[in-house]
Amino acid sequence: MSDFTDLTLATARAGLDARKFSAVELTQAHVDAIEANRGLNAFITETPDKALAMAKASDERLARGEGGVLEGLPIAIKDLFCTKDVLTTAGSHILDGFKPPYESTITQKLWDAGANCLGKLNLDEFAMGSSNMTSHYGPVINPWSAPGGNRQLVPGGSSGGSAASVAARLALAATGTDTGGSIRQPASFCGIVGLKPTYGRCSRWGVVAFASSLDQAGPMTRTVEDAAIMLGVMAGHDPKDSTSAPMAVPDFKAALTGDIRGLRVGIPKEYRVDGMPAEIEALWQQGIDWLKDAGATAVEISLPMTKHALPTYYIIAPAEASANLSRYDGVRFGLRVPGASLDEMYENTRAAGFGAEVKRRVLIGAYVLSAGYYDAYYLKAQRLRTLIARDFEQAFQQCDVILTPTAPSAAFAIGEKMDDPLAMYLNDVFTVPVNLAGLPGISVPAGLSAEGLPLGLQIIGRAFDEETMIRAAGVLETAAAFTATPHSSTQGRA
Amino acid sequence: MSLDKATVARIATLARIKVPEADLEALGQELNQILHWVEQLDEVDTTGVEPMTSVAAMTLPLRPDRVTDGDRADDILKNAPNAMHGFFTVPKVVE
Repeated sequence: MSDFTDLTLATARAGLDARKFSAVELTQAHVDAIEANRGLNAFITETPDKALAMAKASDERLARGEGGVLEGLPIAIKDLFCTKDVLTTAGSHILDGFKPPYESTITQKLWDAGANCLGKLNLDEFAMGSSNMTSHYGPVINPWSAPGGNRQLVPGGSSGGSAASVAARLALAATGTDTGGSIRQPASFCGIVGLKPTYGRCSRWGVVAFASSLDQAGPMTRTVEDAAIMLGVMAGHDPKDSTSAPMAVPDFKAALTGDIRGLRVGIPKEYRVDGMPAEIEALWQQGIDWLKDAGATAVEISLPMTKHALPTYYIIAPAEASANLSRYDGVRFGLRVPGASLDEMYENTRAAGFGAEVKRRVLIGAYVLSAGYYDAYYLKAQRLRTLIARDFEQAFQQCDVILTPTAPSAAFAIGEKMDDPLAMYLNDVFTVPVNLAGLPGISVPAGLSAEGLPLGLQIIGRAFDEETMIRAAGVLETAAAFTATPHSSTQGRA
Repeated sequence: MSLDKATVARIATLARIKVPEADLEALGQELNQILHWVEQLDEVDTTGVEPMTSVAAMTLPLRPDRVTDGDRADDILKNAPNAMHGFFTVPKVVE
């Protein structure tokens, strides 16, 4: 049955319950699809034996009438989550050979709910990038291509392998992480759903840290319902992460009522940025109309600090990264390049182990935190962050959710924008403010560009109100009726 | 503020990343481009604005001061590029 891979988490789980197929059959179909699509370079490590063994255990539990929310469902994991005894690279040379002796809280929750692990997915090195081009393991190829075009496109980033694998039907769903847009932008580029929860909703324990005050993990799926189901498993307080919120996890799926009558949808006027393609402007307007048709009202709002969000982010995130990445010293794990002294060993190891973008950010971070510059850069950025968060607080007095485009363009070609870091950073202009304010955001595939490439719309919610955001996203999904699939999903493109 | 070669070398030392002398100039230009771009924040008056260190509106919880883990030296050393006799090893630091 080849359409196993076209199922959703919800329909596959129902099929298992109805005994229409086994978890082993379902998983084998995905293992085969992964093998046939190695040309996408979506995986860094495939774990087919582990997936099939877990599926077999799921079948036994299902036969006994047991089974968790995700029982028997094959998913894949961004290679930023530590997985016990399975290579975990963060897309970096410096973590060569690292097999964590522990399991991240989120992946443990997924396995406890019955999901099985197809493997570890490619990503930008330490999640620093918007194209998956900075991975030590090479670029991921977007399964979408423009009809008639022969350019290979990026899947977005940093969760590029996650987005590509879900879009290409190699996994029913995948985990992602989002520091400045790394779940939502690749979801938009690959025509899938990507949900970044409120900061503190999911535990960061065992997730390789990039910028700790911004990082948040979330689900990447093909439907809003699946995102709601998977978030329900991933979320929850974890005493091992002091920033994880001690709050009950709501039934996110129950939020999908389809009823948004009276909902106030904020439209931020500052998001009409210069040079935004007309087709994205048009899709945004279409999104507004869809929500209005469903009974919502559109409210123009102002987020005056919007244009300062990216430069603020590019001080705060590198500052935190330079601190977090100081642990890679060639002593306790990963790569070591010898040197005559301890310092030289550190310097050689980090020079060889980090790629160009990671070095750039670590150096910027070291500079903005250094004596004499701390106040001018880092403290300044933290003050701006207060103002950016305040913008959203004030906006949410007039609206319940905010609708924006997810990214300022569709997927671009592999290799583009690589010589201009600032052009690459602009990918995240609509997503970064959400991380700075700690809010939840979701990207829903809403239409196709003139070239036939997917475009997403983003819905931003209030802190810890993923439910309203998910409800609106569900309505948007229904109205958009996005059914297009990648042209190359059934063939590898090596 | 513009980074000269000496400053780039100093930051690289702070960050413990070896940068060959020949690359300092080009790297400095890249970093300067980013720094000049972020300096647009100077146009915003932030007098009296509290710096935000965390978006989580909660005080960090304290946990009971109990030992909950341990005796895992082998686990911890397993990934070391060079471990001997139950220790991490590094190049000689004291003569």
